[in-house]
Amino acid sequence: MSFTHVSPELQPIVEEMARRFSAGIHSVYTPHLNEVYVHARLEVIPGLCAHLYRAANARLVSLFADDARQTDGAFHLYYVLAVDAAHGFVILRAPIAPATPQFTSLVNAIPAANWQEREVQDWFGLKLVGHPNPRRCALHDDWPEVYPLRKDFNLTTELPPFQGERHKFRAVEGEGVFQVPVGPVHAGIIEPGHFLFSVAGEPVLYLQLRMFYVHKGTEKLFESLPLPHGVRLAESISGDSSFAHATAFCHAVERAVCVQAPVRARVLRSVCLELERLYNHIADIGAICTDVAFVTANMHAMRLKERILRANEHLTGNRLLRGMACLGGVRFDWDAGQQQALANLVADLKPEFASLVQLIENSSSTLDRLETTGILRPEVARDLGVVGIAGRASGFDHDLRRDFPHAAYDRVKVNVPVYHLGDVKHRLQVRVDEVRESLSLIEQFLARLPDGPIRVDIGEVPPDRVALGYVEGWRGEIFHWVRTAPGNRLARCKVKDPSLQNWPALSEAILGNIVPDFPVINKSFNLSYSGTDR
Amino acid sequence: MLGILGKSLSTGIVTTRYPATPPEVSPHARGRPEIDWANWKDARPSAAVCPTGAISFQDHASQRQAQLDLGKCTFCGLCAEVDPCIRMTSVCECSTRRRADLVTSATYLLKADGTHDHPPCSVTRPKPGKAATVPPSNPSFEALGHSVQERARRLFGRSLHIREVDAGSCNGCEVEIVALTSPVYDVERFGIHFVASPRHADMLLVTGPVTRNMELALRKTYQATPDPRLVVAVGACGCSGGIFGVNYATRGAVDAVIPVDVYVPGCPPNPFALLHGILLAMGRLESQAG
Repeated sequence: MSFTHVSPELQPIVEEMARRFSAGIHSVYTPHLNEVYVHARLEVIPGLCAHLYRAANARLVSLFADDARQTDGAFHLYYVLAVDAAHGFVILRAPIAPATPQFTSLVNAIPAANWQEREVQDWFGLKLVGHPNPRRCALHDDWPEVYPLRKDFNLTTELPPFQGERHKFRAVEGEGVFQVPVGPVHAGIIEPGHFLFSVAGEPVLYLQLRMFYVHKGTEKLFESLPLPHGVRLAESISGDSSFAHATAFCHAVERAVCVQAPVRARVLRSVCLELERLYNHIADIGAICTDVAFVTANMHAMRLKERILRANEHLTGNRLLRGMACLGGVRFDWDAGQQQALANLVADLKPEFASLVQLIENSSSTLDRLETTGILRPEVARDLGVVGIAGRASGFDHDLRRDFPHAAYDRVKVNVPVYHLGDVKHRLQVRVDEVRESLSLIEQFLARLPDGPIRVDIGEVPPDRVALGYVEGWRGEIFHWVRTAPGNRLARCKVKDPSLQNWPALSEAILGNIVPDFPVINKSFNLSYSGTDR
Repeated sequence: MLGILGKSLSTGIVTTRYPATPPEVSPHARGRPEIDWANWKDARPSAAVCPTGAISFQDHASQRQAQLDLGKCTFCGLCAEVDPCIRMTSVCECSTRRRADLVTSATYLLKADGTHDHPPCSVTRPKPGKAATVPPSNPSFEALGHSVQERARRLFGRSLHIREVDAGSCNGCEVEIVALTSPVYDVERFGIHFVASPRHADMLLVTGPVTRNMELALRKTYQATPDPRLVVAVGACGCSGGIFGVNYATRGAVDAVIPVDVYVPGCPPNPFALLHGILLAMGRLESQAG
């Protein structure tokens, strides 16, 4: 078999796969050079994944289902694998007949599949076979038997009031073992989730997480909204990543119609993504200091963050960059005054940030608390598929800006900091390095800001197109996968926030640490609850 | 230690003087939209692009009733792009004590081509401080409630402890609420403190939309807060459910679950808007709606 529409780097991988699994593969579909769909039988999926992991060093970045019973008479299960070395995605698609709604778990081979498989089970009613812990995940235990992402489930279905059993956590027993339940309403100004610590004395033996308290039906809602409204909904998936999520959504829809945003728009998008990274990283650096009682550093960090938020408002009309993203480009261009204001901000931030870092590095009591705290070992991080900041502090040498250049990242060289100890200090260090890199990237983008339009009309979107949109947000890689429907709408929008994959790593990093260190360990990951729960 | 002191001294005072001075927002900031009600010709284009239904209309025979609901508005500005009668202001202080005070509506005569005649037959604008137009269902209970709230305002006018409750938000509102504790806004200068437990709190600052999975937690948090207590609903989602509205997983607005004293519009409301709402609830400021 020869695949002419595949990028030369992916071609040998797809050819070998087709040769070895010829009996199990129906067809290969390549809507984009770096995005190959392999339509295969459900039985060969574990073999295909294992082969791609082994032969192409691929990694599972998203796993989801799509109810295509109306068009294809089956549910479709999708496994999105990133092949970083070949700068491409291999997407496996397998049908599940409605008569036998079940699929086999991959979690023993690929632990990263854990929550994502259970999500599919909860939302589509596809039974998970062979999963060691197949309990509900996305829908809480007291929900009735409903499958919200099936097409025959109405978005506004009114469900009966809470009844039934409360969640039973796994029992941890032994002399002197006791449980510390925390949440969902937390002590700080943060999002809701439940943590159950099992401790013996001070050290934590086991941490169980219960999420999805802020599940808002987002993926279902995408299916009912006109496309432009989808951009606004994407901004509300995770508030501190508004622009990254909105841009990933736009990227997916633009790829579905094979339209690229103009180059000036792509540069403005990149600058906004860097501004989002800056304000969040600086806020986190300060918050990590607060959690080890170095409040002064946080006050300076919050002061700097406020300057960035005000610059965001000056550039886009909103402090969280909302309203800036749109299909086909961006909504607002920047005049000379706004560009100068941004240049001034970067010039001011450089010495200010250096001074903040010096303040922290000179505080030996702070460093003492951060070093060797909350270690996430590289092999554990690799197994769990941990991405983003937490991944790069544990030896994960990947960044979509460098490996899959989107927006205008093909115009610059992105340096990716990688550390290997995986403690809080290194997660802090990744942020420090990335702040410096972001400041440099904004300067480079501003120095070569191309002229031209900031938006193209993407026109009416034809039905039954599929595309994967991706953005390296400040927290890690964000994926939006869309399948279009008639009437300029979406039949499915799968949202993958990096947090979903990183949460289980927190349970590993906390082991053996003391409960009072949990806040700082949690903050060093700073995962999104809303992005996870959607 | 000297380094820390030196840095603090060289930084100087960065705290805003708000509310003694106006909010420091960029001229590019998008705040409350303003409709030229007298000259508005057609509500359809702006209603079509509005992602949350903040601009909406209903046609009855020869009449069209059109409305702008700031409780739903995310200040995205898409309406102003398609309708020359709408412009975005940078006004961020929009909090009100009554949900109805966030709504302005007008009645027009409908023309054959689907546009409407202008000027409108009537415009209903909420008046600051005036009673709600809808009569209370149980007057004596309402009156009792109001007197309790008055007492709360007198009590909390000088110092206030706030418990923040995220009942389903995207975390955008939390980013701005955290900013209140920064040296730039410094809520502690008003005697306002964020506390770790509802049992220590006088006010719940609630962001929404209230999800099905958080409804019980929100009710329990409310019950754990000692009386008298204040509730401030934050953001478009807290005021109305926002873009999420009511669906299988959300109950929508905060006031669908617990009583609310002040509504703070915005997506998210900036720290000035939040301060305005909190001070309004404490009885230190007057509503600026309408």
